[in-house]
Amino acid sequence: MEHECTCSTKFADVDDLRPLEEIIERYGSEKGALIPLLQEAQDAYGYLDEKIMREIAKRAGYQFSQVFGVATFFAQFRLKPIGEYLIKVCHGTACHVAGATQITDEVANQLGIKEGETTPDNKFTLESVMCLGACALAPIMVVGDDTHGKLKPTSIKKVLKHYAGPSGSQASEGDDAE
Amino acid sequence: MSGNGNGHAYKVVLGYGTCGIAAGATAVKEALEQEVESGGYDVDLDIAGCMGLCFKEPVVEIFDRDGCSVVYGDITAKKVPQLLEEHVGKGQVIEDWVVKKSEDPNACDGDFLANQLRVVLRNCGKINPESIEEYIEIGGYEAARKALTSMTPEEVIDEVSTSGIRGRGGAGFPTGTKWGFARKSPGDEKYLICNADEGDPGAFMDRSVLEGDPHTVLEGMILAGFAIGARQGYIYCRAEYPLALKRLDIAIEECHQKGFLGENIFGSDWSFDVKVKKGAGAFVCGEETAMMASIEGQRGMPKPRPPFPANSGLWGKPTNINNVETFAAIPWIIAEGGEKYADIGTEKSKGTKVFCLAGKVRRTGLAEVPMGYTLRQVIFDVGGGIAGGREFKAVQMGGPSGGCLPAEKLDTQVDYDQITAAGAIIGSGGMIVADNRTCMVDLARYFLSFTQDESCGKCTPCRIGTKRMLEILERICEGKGEPEDIEKLQILAGDIKDASLCALGGTAPNPVLTTLRYFKDEYEDHILNHKCAAGSCPALITLYIDAETCTGCAACVKVCPTDAITGEKKEPHVIDAEACIRCKMCLSRCPSESIIAE
Ligand SMILES: Cc1cc2nc3c(=O)[nH]c(=O)nc-3n(C[C@H](O)[C@H](O)[C@H](O)COP(=O)(O)O)c2cc1C
Ligand code: FES
Repeated sequence: MEHECTCSTKFADVDDLRPLEEIIERYGSEKGALIPLLQEAQDAYGYLDEKIMREIAKRAGYQFSQVFGVATFFAQFRLKPIGEYLIKVCHGTACHVAGATQITDEVANQLGIKEGETTPDNKFTLESVMCLGACALAPIMVVGDDTHGKLKPTSIKKVLKHYAGPSGSQASEGDDAE
Repeated sequence: MSGNGNGHAYKVVLGYGTCGIAAGATAVKEALEQEVESGGYDVDLDIAGCMGLCFKEPVVEIFDRDGCSVVYGDITAKKVPQLLEEHVGKGQVIEDWVVKKSEDPNACDGDFLANQLRVVLRNCGKINPESIEEYIEIGGYEAARKALTSMTPEEVIDEVSTSGIRGRGGAGFPTGTKWGFARKSPGDEKYLICNADEGDPGAFMDRSVLEGDPHTVLEGMILAGFAIGARQGYIYCRAEYPLALKRLDIAIEECHQKGFLGENIFGSDWSFDVKVKKGAGAFVCGEETAMMASIEGQRGMPKPRPPFPANSGLWGKPTNINNVETFAAIPWIIAEGGEKYADIGTEKSKGTKVFCLAGKVRRTGLAEVPMGYTLRQVIFDVGGGIAGGREFKAVQMGGPSGGCLPAEKLDTQVDYDQITAAGAIIGSGGMIVADNRTCMVDLARYFLSFTQDESCGKCTPCRIGTKRMLEILERICEGKGEPEDIEKLQILAGDIKDASLCALGGTAPNPVLTTLRYFKDEYEDHILNHKCAAGSCPALITLYIDAETCTGCAACVKVCPTDAITGEKKEPHVIDAEACIRCKMCLSRCPSESIIAE
């Protein structure tokens, strides 16, 4: 199923170290586990707070600089919290040619935020990403876990409305295919 | 498959890959489940990966007891009750929705598939990728069983060398030769890596194979591990492909249960296992030395070669890296024989290649064709030509390392050497088709902004050089270009190509060089006449409304952020060029396509 849990308390609080302990436990002393450790920590907390990175360094036996270096190298790691739904607008080649810029502009317009920002109600964060591998249906946008294809600036409003209700009350996926 | 594989009157298979889901397949799936249950139809419902008919997604294929099938396209949840009622209930085909029928391969858009030859994609869209049984039923894992129980590693390598297959990850290095190096490299501990990073924007064949037929890739890896002597394999898959990651996990688990991975595979004395590593979003990690650094848990920075991975790779041990598509062809080669593969293709490029058709082409999707087809055959015969009746302008191949070929190169054969001679590369196989609305200077700028962003920063030519090139291109797109800029770009391009540490920098100037080679007039038009003929670069265009066709519906007025559009209701509107910021928001809103950008 596409939409499993969309409860409002999706992410753990950075003061609660239990999820992190569990993750570190699981990877133990596995060789080269730093990237998966950070990935799972981000999944649990929504982003990589400095406190979390320091804990990882201390508990899993890395230099903090090493942890921070990896976290800032890869595009996927975020050092700031995100909203309930992360909107990723694809700016890969096919989507660029198909008008991805207008899609980002329209989402930004509708939400009143710029790329990289989160709405004041913490509902949406807007990001640009590289190819999502659904180029044949360009332009593409992913909201939370759902991929939306063949977008037009005119279809954005409807897509966003679908997620805009109170936390966790995402409307059921209608027949919104063209 | 013989029949539809079970006792039901019909088997209904829904295309359930990322593209299908993006087009609304989840709603179709729910509707199918509901209708089959409530209608009491004698139907076996199943899912499959992407068939490659992306332009017709969501796609549903219905098999009868004899195994004859009809493929329906553009299926929505609303169409499901009628589909089941007519086809399954009354046995009547709904001709209007048909994409392809098995007895009539040329039906409607059937020539999309009829013009292809499927080796790598042989099972994609046909079997349930989450069921090892379906893969075994069509002969899956027989090649691996045969090799591990009756062939020597050298014989496997010989067969792969005979096939002539060259790596599908971009560089086109002969796979048999590469395996030979890794085999001969001394050491007991060796590693095998499957490169599933697919960072090239516009390429999605690896995703489609992983989502549609993950067992083929695993079988290819088992064969490779046996051939080179590696007992541990890794699949480095980008995180942007959650469905591929999920299906790989399922497939690996199924293999463990069957004993196809783990200790003493197929009762032989050979042991091999595979782990999945999830990428973290860095294009450069597709490069093999950067990928190994990333698997080791470090920043993904490339290292100078030599030493080559075959001698010193992952954790300093001999390592062999191949692309997903390369591995996916191996079981076929071992089962059918290298010679049969070598019969397909041209003298120096053997076999088939999967291309991803995207952009302004009518039928977007996966096209697997024999090497040696011409670009025209791929884009026009398989892809159906340009969408919206516009004119073909260029095809971009090989992504950020590749180039753009113009109409006069359409008769070039797809073959590593011929495409390279023409100025592009086969690369991973992305083909983005551009029409006369695509600005080639903007496309070059786009790729440079990509490589500049993805440069790991380790070497100066790539880190600083691409930035300088990007600045020049941005300036040209803003109408501030200078006549010397073209020469400056060429000089910088040469330096970056010569001096970069890895191929990311070494190939970064290619999109600029080929657009300069074939579309220099467009650069000159931007620089000297401050014009963008494609109507794309905001600083160089004017938007106006065609008074002849404008219906005065005022849709544009509502979206204009600067209130630059005025007019009476039901009368032609006008755009105030002073107030217009050329954001083009109005363009897509106009129902009569009366807004023109020039
Ligand atoms: C910057 C850069 C990015 C690359 N990205 C990929 C990629 O996404 N997938 C891939 O298979 N190969 C990629 N390669 C090529 C790999 O380094 C390597 O040649 C390939 O995986 C070898 O497999 P093959 O012999 O089967 O082609 C990339 C190379 C460079 C320089
Ligand atoms: S370019 Fe957007 S999905 Fe590939």
